[in-house]
Amino acid sequence: MANLTLVQAINLALIQEMEKDDRVILLGEDVGNNGGVFRVTEGLQKRFGAHRVVDTPLAESGIIGTSIGLAMAGLRPVPEIQFEGFLGPAYDQICSHAARMRTRTRGAFTVPMTIRVPVGGGIHAPELHSDSPETFYAHQPGLKVVMPSGPYDAKGLLISALRDPDPVIFFEPKRIYRAIREEVPEDEYTIPLGKARVVCEGTDLTVVSWGASVIQCMQAIEASGRSIELIDLRTIYPMDIETVEQSVSKTGRCVIVHEAPRTCGVGSEVATQIMEKCFLHLEAPVQRVTGFDTIMPYYKLELEYLPDAARIQRGIEDCLAY
Amino acid sequence: MPITTALTTTIERVSILDEHGNFDEKLGKGLIPDADLLKLYETMVTCRTMDEVAFKVQRSGRMGTYPQNMGQEANSLGAAYALNNDDWLVTCYRENCGLMWRGVPIDSFLLHWMGDERGNALPRAHHATPIAVPIGTQMLHATGLAWAAKYRGQKQIACTFFGDGATSEGDFHEACNFAANLDIPVIFFCQNNFWAISVPGRIQCSAPTVAQRGVAYGMPCLQVDGNDLFAVVYGMRKAIDHARTTGKPFFIEGVTYRLGDHTTADDARRYRDQAEVDAWKARDPIIRLRNYMTKKGIWSDAKDAALREAAEATCMATIERCEQIEHPVRGDVFNHTFAELPADLVIQRETGHTHSLGQDPSQLPNASNAR
Repeated sequence: MANLTLVQAINLALIQEMEKDDRVILLGEDVGNNGGVFRVTEGLQKRFGAHRVVDTPLAESGIIGTSIGLAMAGLRPVPEIQFEGFLGPAYDQICSHAARMRTRTRGAFTVPMTIRVPVGGGIHAPELHSDSPETFYAHQPGLKVVMPSGPYDAKGLLISALRDPDPVIFFEPKRIYRAIREEVPEDEYTIPLGKARVVCEGTDLTVVSWGASVIQCMQAIEASGRSIELIDLRTIYPMDIETVEQSVSKTGRCVIVHEAPRTCGVGSEVATQIMEKCFLHLEAPVQRVTGFDTIMPYYKLELEYLPDAARIQRGIEDCLAY
Repeated sequence: MPITTALTTTIERVSILDEHGNFDEKLGKGLIPDADLLKLYETMVTCRTMDEVAFKVQRSGRMGTYPQNMGQEANSLGAAYALNNDDWLVTCYRENCGLMWRGVPIDSFLLHWMGDERGNALPRAHHATPIAVPIGTQMLHATGLAWAAKYRGQKQIACTFFGDGATSEGDFHEACNFAANLDIPVIFFCQNNFWAISVPGRIQCSAPTVAQRGVAYGMPCLQVDGNDLFAVVYGMRKAIDHARTTGKPFFIEGVTYRLGDHTTADDARRYRDQAEVDAWKARDPIIRLRNYMTKKGIWSDAKDAALREAAEATCMATIERCEQIEHPVRGDVFNHTFAELPADLVIQRETGHTHSLGQDPSQLPNASNAR
């Protein structure tokens, strides 16, 4: 067991799967010689060779489009898109082909690939390096969308993603790439996709979140001094609504927290499902503490934009007071 | 310092059997044995007949939108003939003839355009990918497929088809760039048919040839008469030899013409002159081949009539079979979304609705767990 950052945990998961399965190959911009701009793939090209850790031309659609071909041929490509803001050029390949290939061919061709994407704000990055676009991909049938909130989960979820027979977008919250360390077993383990984690138990209110926001939620919960249950979704699609339902049926109140803008954010789906499944248990309207419905600001204002512990705590208190 | 020449290049054009029946013995002799030629011709006629039958069936309201391949048959056919059967064919939707040569049954094409996804459930043994509807996206898949073969140390290559319009798409350039710079053996085959629906080729590419687009990526490039099966086979053999021996890509432009409308939803009379169409009708690849075979004494009008009659009967029987196929069940919408269906999709499949009431008895106001 080692005390690892999220970057190290992902690096370890990639090493272990690449050693086990020679169908796993990495490709993307700067992932090889440079080890990725966040050093997530550090040392992997040296270890596995330039044929398995490939520096590609600078073209996101090209990276995903060729990965689709690699996957259709039976490999397990792991393309990296350097920042979530650059997913745009690859959107067509992801949604028009990767997500649809199994359906289109009645299972004759499948696309078992894991797209790794650093996501979210909080690291003083330039424009289009701080967004949270998970809802676009959760809305697209045929894709799985994962976002871990810490090193332990990151390793177990990534191994599950790499072994999944369908395309997975694996969002890595860059704000916590190195901000936290956790004990991460050397030994191989998996965390199933579509299974949420109850971070802490409570009776008064449920907080649902994912990714880096989970850390802010924990701070807010501690500051509130109330008995609050925190659920980390871990996988956005398929969503473990059962765990949310059980919790909200018990607490009767829920606050959903995410970095992405509120309108049509994943929180809208969570809130709707709570309304559908826990209607008679609800003591207060479900609340959403999210990014504003604006363009993600440049970094001088990013901490005003992102839901912080104070805003989350306010949301919790307002919901409890209702 | 004097100004020097950084690069000069030429694009060769191959024509073996021209529209007037002239045959270049030097290039064409022994290129395609007579026995193969008969089979290739038969495939072209079957493909053309399928177009004609599908058009009529669509007009009578029994089929959805259908894109005819008329006039372009020699391109994909010559390619499929020259390739090995385990080389990847990565097509858009005007390559029916090459796919037929691979053994894709007529049912597959017709079912697809009759709105039935079972038409795309091609066995992997065909090494052919499904019809790619979004223009110019499939060349990247070809690059990935050939890349996988290279990674595994296999000799397989990929040949991908696209139109002149697709060369305007960014993905086309990304695919050429990936294949050229990462040394991936892909043959990029542009069927230049001069029209992308109503937009003429000069708005897609104002250079004198489409083939020269490959020059910018350092690929060898060749233009062939795409209505001349011999020229296509000649060009493809050159491309295949290059791809297999060097592991690098090759660019072919087949100059051809879309004799029909873009699809049955289009009316090409709105934007192009009949005189232009008529000129290209005279260059029809099927007529050209029939005249050649007749002159050679291996074909006759009687044989041709019999072949066409048989092809029409086959296509009509296929239409009837496709119309009578068991209607797909609603559950089929869900079944291929993921390898393992997530719980929410299982509920949607089982209940047939997306509203929540009734899906879970505990939601009812009188349920015992209500507060």
